[in-house]
Amino acid sequence: MDKETRRLKRIKRRYRGEISFRLLSISAIVLAASFLVFFLSDMVRTGYTAFEQTVVQTEITYDADTVEIPQLSVSEEMSDLVSRGFLRLIPQMVEENPKLMNTTQTQWVLAEAEVDQYIKGKPNKLSEEEIAHIDSLKKEGKVKLVFNKWFFTNGDSKLPEMAGLLSAVIGTIYVLILTMMFSVPIGVMTAIYLEEFAPDNWFTRIIEVNINNLAAIPSIIFGLLGLAIFINLFGVPRSSALAGGLTLSLMSLPVIIISTRAALSSVPDTIRQAAQGVGASPWQVVWHHILPLSLPGIMTGTIISMAHAIGETAPLLIVGMLAYIPTAPTGVTQAATVLPAQIYTWSGDSLRAYTERTALGIIVLLSVLLLLNAVAVVLRNKYERKW
Amino acid sequence: MENNIKMKSDNLNFYYGNFKALKDINLTFPERKVTALIGPSGCGKSTYLRCFNRMNDLIKGIKVEGGIYLDEQEIHDTKLDVVELRRRVGMVFQKPNPFPKTIYENIAYAPRIHGLVSKGSEMDDLVEDSLKKAGLWEEVKDRLKSQATALSGGQQQRLCIARALAMEPEVLLMDEPASALDPIATQKIEELIYELKERLTVIIVTHNMQQAARVSDYTAFFYMGELIEVGDTSTIFTNPTVKKTEDYITGRFG
Amino acid sequence: MLKVLLYFLIGVLPLCYAAFYIGRKKARTGELESGERFHSRPAHYGWYSVIWMAVPSLAVSFIFTILGSSKIFKVPFTMHITTILLVAALGLWYAQKKITHNLRARNFIEKTIKVMLITASLVSILTTIGIVFSILFESMKFFSQVNFFSFITGTEWDPDTAFLEGAGRDASNAAQAQFGSVPIFAGTFMITTIALLVAVPVGLFSAIFMSEYASNRIRGWVKPILEILAGIPTVVYGFFAAITVSPLVVKLAESVGLQADYTNALSPGIVMGIMIIPFVSSLSDDVINAIPQNMREGSLALGMTRSETMKHVLLPAAMPGIVSAVLLALSRAIGETMIVVMAAGLQPRLSWNPLDGMTTVTVRIVDALTGDQSFDSLETLSAFGLGFVLLVITLMLNIVSSIVIRKFRKQYV
Repeated sequence: MDKETRRLKRIKRRYRGEISFRLLSISAIVLAASFLVFFLSDMVRTGYTAFEQTVVQTEITYDADTVEIPQLSVSEEMSDLVSRGFLRLIPQMVEENPKLMNTTQTQWVLAEAEVDQYIKGKPNKLSEEEIAHIDSLKKEGKVKLVFNKWFFTNGDSKLPEMAGLLSAVIGTIYVLILTMMFSVPIGVMTAIYLEEFAPDNWFTRIIEVNINNLAAIPSIIFGLLGLAIFINLFGVPRSSALAGGLTLSLMSLPVIIISTRAALSSVPDTIRQAAQGVGASPWQVVWHHILPLSLPGIMTGTIISMAHAIGETAPLLIVGMLAYIPTAPTGVTQAATVLPAQIYTWSGDSLRAYTERTALGIIVLLSVLLLLNAVAVVLRNKYERKW
Repeated sequence: MENNIKMKSDNLNFYYGNFKALKDINLTFPERKVTALIGPSGCGKSTYLRCFNRMNDLIKGIKVEGGIYLDEQEIHDTKLDVVELRRRVGMVFQKPNPFPKTIYENIAYAPRIHGLVSKGSEMDDLVEDSLKKAGLWEEVKDRLKSQATALSGGQQQRLCIARALAMEPEVLLMDEPASALDPIATQKIEELIYELKERLTVIIVTHNMQQAARVSDYTAFFYMGELIEVGDTSTIFTNPTVKKTEDYITGRFG
Repeated sequence: MLKVLLYFLIGVLPLCYAAFYIGRKKARTGELESGERFHSRPAHYGWYSVIWMAVPSLAVSFIFTILGSSKIFKVPFTMHITTILLVAALGLWYAQKKITHNLRARNFIEKTIKVMLITASLVSILTTIGIVFSILFESMKFFSQVNFFSFITGTEWDPDTAFLEGAGRDASNAAQAQFGSVPIFAGTFMITTIALLVAVPVGLFSAIFMSEYASNRIRGWVKPILEILAGIPTVVYGFFAAITVSPLVVKLAESVGLQADYTNALSPGIVMGIMIIPFVSSLSDDVINAIPQNMREGSLALGMTRSETMKHVLLPAAMPGIVSAVLLALSRAIGETMIVVMAAGLQPRLSWNPLDGMTTVTVRIVDALTGDQSFDSLETLSAFGLGFVLLVITLMLNIVSSIVIRKFRKQYV
């Protein structure tokens, strides 16, 4: 073998190495992306069935007896198929609408969770007889699937077919508003101080190092802080939106500070000099020029940090926000739960009917996050200025 | 010199940390005249210019010794507010730096924060007047509400001059105002400077010797943080007394 | 909350506006009457009056509220209101007395704003102090009852009897509670190791792809897609790990004849690894891009291929940054809670087999604090002890990581 062929061979080998290296890097991306696709499709596959809910048509008798004992309002063979949650509402329905009293109505009512699972073709605990009964009802057209509006209008329930997200959504809104109320003003003010006013001394450096470290502390530690300081020291009620909001605001503070500082420092110094050159005072420079110019960036950062806060669970569990909340809270000191905590409690339930609801809850949560991030991206692309 | 002295520096020393950037500068600036500061890069002329409206305050770790006087008043005196100083001593920067607002808002900003006008119509007049003084009125009068950043570089720089003039300053500091502009825009700025000296005192830093010769009444030559020579522009350029000045002007270094 | 808002709207806002109006008016008429120009704009004197009226009275109100809520002394409502109104009136009166043409109202306002800004930045310091003290304080209580050495070296974690005591039952005849944290940290170590085994190769090669092989357009797509992985709430990952991955792992293990626990360490480890991919890839991508172009060109000019350039020149140069990224990802994995709470086990077990059920530090913390125990029970306190160790570990990882990256930046940026 002469020198020339050896050289050519060598080049060929090197090119093979090049190609395999490249393939390796591409396959890493493909792997990561397919994780994502698999994961999302798995959630949709598990959760989409919860968009629909089985209802059965049956006769309901409203009279003095059935108000007393709601189970009597339907025929015995139907009482196993109809949701107990619906039957419990009968006294309330009669109270609200006295005309119902002493009538028998044929109506579509919520089916029991196991029936629902059977209709959707999922594993269930129904007996042979019950299945036969449902099949015959189905032939008569007395069982059908309808849009699951209850999922969005009900609070949590011990009966899967009655359980909905509403109280968790309202709890999340409360917590989020509180978090923004505390963390945005303090975060933006801190960022303005550090970026525009702070002298370069040990005190400033301590604050900066401290903020960077806070950003890296595991979220569960913030839960411990909230428990020890807000709940045990200041007496904020456990499980309340206030406790959760305060805890989360301390957690999102560093993120807001860091993103606001980035937005402020992206405004070029020439603007500061121009304003100072015409005799604007330090605060006027910030208030009239720097802040308006960096507002899109600050808002983008705030939205992203709020998106993080919405999905945060661990610190909220520690401050007790995994309580069972059937009706939405009406104040910040009442016990509340939030979307991810609701997902957590449902996922821990042994009833299979909760699984699809958990997945649907996750789809809702992910949609909200996607929406928020889309808003942030649009804001950034539309208003952020390139200097 | 027959004119009143508008500004002067007395034994001015300036430090960036331990580095002494200006050494014992004594210089006076006659009223309604243009004084040019020339010298090679890094000689301290821009630093010196920025002392007059205390723009150096923004830089960390600086120290000023000696005095700078505006109408006999020391400008570091606590009685004189730095904001008021900057209203009286306007500045035009090397690169045009209009605010990213409308043309109108750029001019109106300073009068508004300083409370120089009270009525809206007065403000309109002031904006028009300032733009006219800066020779920009004809070009922008139909689009006062459009963004200042859409103007060309030369127009932006004249807008910055108009913005400074709107505060009715007594002194105008110009830090190489034409260095980022093309020759035609530069010529317009130079003509403008010539007109401005009827109203106010101009101190201009420039790299461009011809420019200094064209626009200034007096010229001061700086080298390595020291004031080497100062005098009538014609004298400095034709008959300098110091060898160093001559070398620089004739282009032997710089 | 509505009540507070209402008080604010009908009480504080009109009062502030009144003070503003009075102050501005004084300055305006003063300017007209004396003909002397005031130092600041009239509106500044308005704000000056507002500050003097509002700040002292709000401070008094705040002190009263704190006194009330910490149960030292409950100030009656009428006394509260009259006191703050009195203080407000005094402040306003003082401000009006001070307003003259040479009062530097603007400078005063600026100073006040600056003080407010500094106060805001102190909140983050207070947070740190709060974290350190609350956790230190509670874990001191824990370590006063449990020997620190046996906590660090013990291999038995059995707080059940502590639980009995916590629930108020007599536990004298039960076995002594054991707080040996080794199995817990072993579980944490096992799961994070699995996570890193997933995240480091995938993340690193993704970074290499993004920085060297992808066009700008593809990079613009790939980077956000990877970052979605970090944006998905951990509770969602936890559900995914428990419902989908764990059964899959068990089935796979069975098919090769192995016995796997449903709470095995492998599934939360894998899922956590997916989650931290972007932590590795983003920072690595940044550091590879931060290496000066001339190093790349120098290598290519010698006839090296791109992969050789990457392997022999860029990666060694970027190594500190990559190490720092991995440390950050590790710190994130150790502190991660929801995935392990939902997919890992509760039972501390010392084992080398990733198919066994294991527990982690964060699982024990959540488990100890979400039960119905009194706050002083030893098990609750053990959560703070574990939290303390967790805090120290993650902080050290972060500090080391930031020192490493700073060295890298000094060299190249």
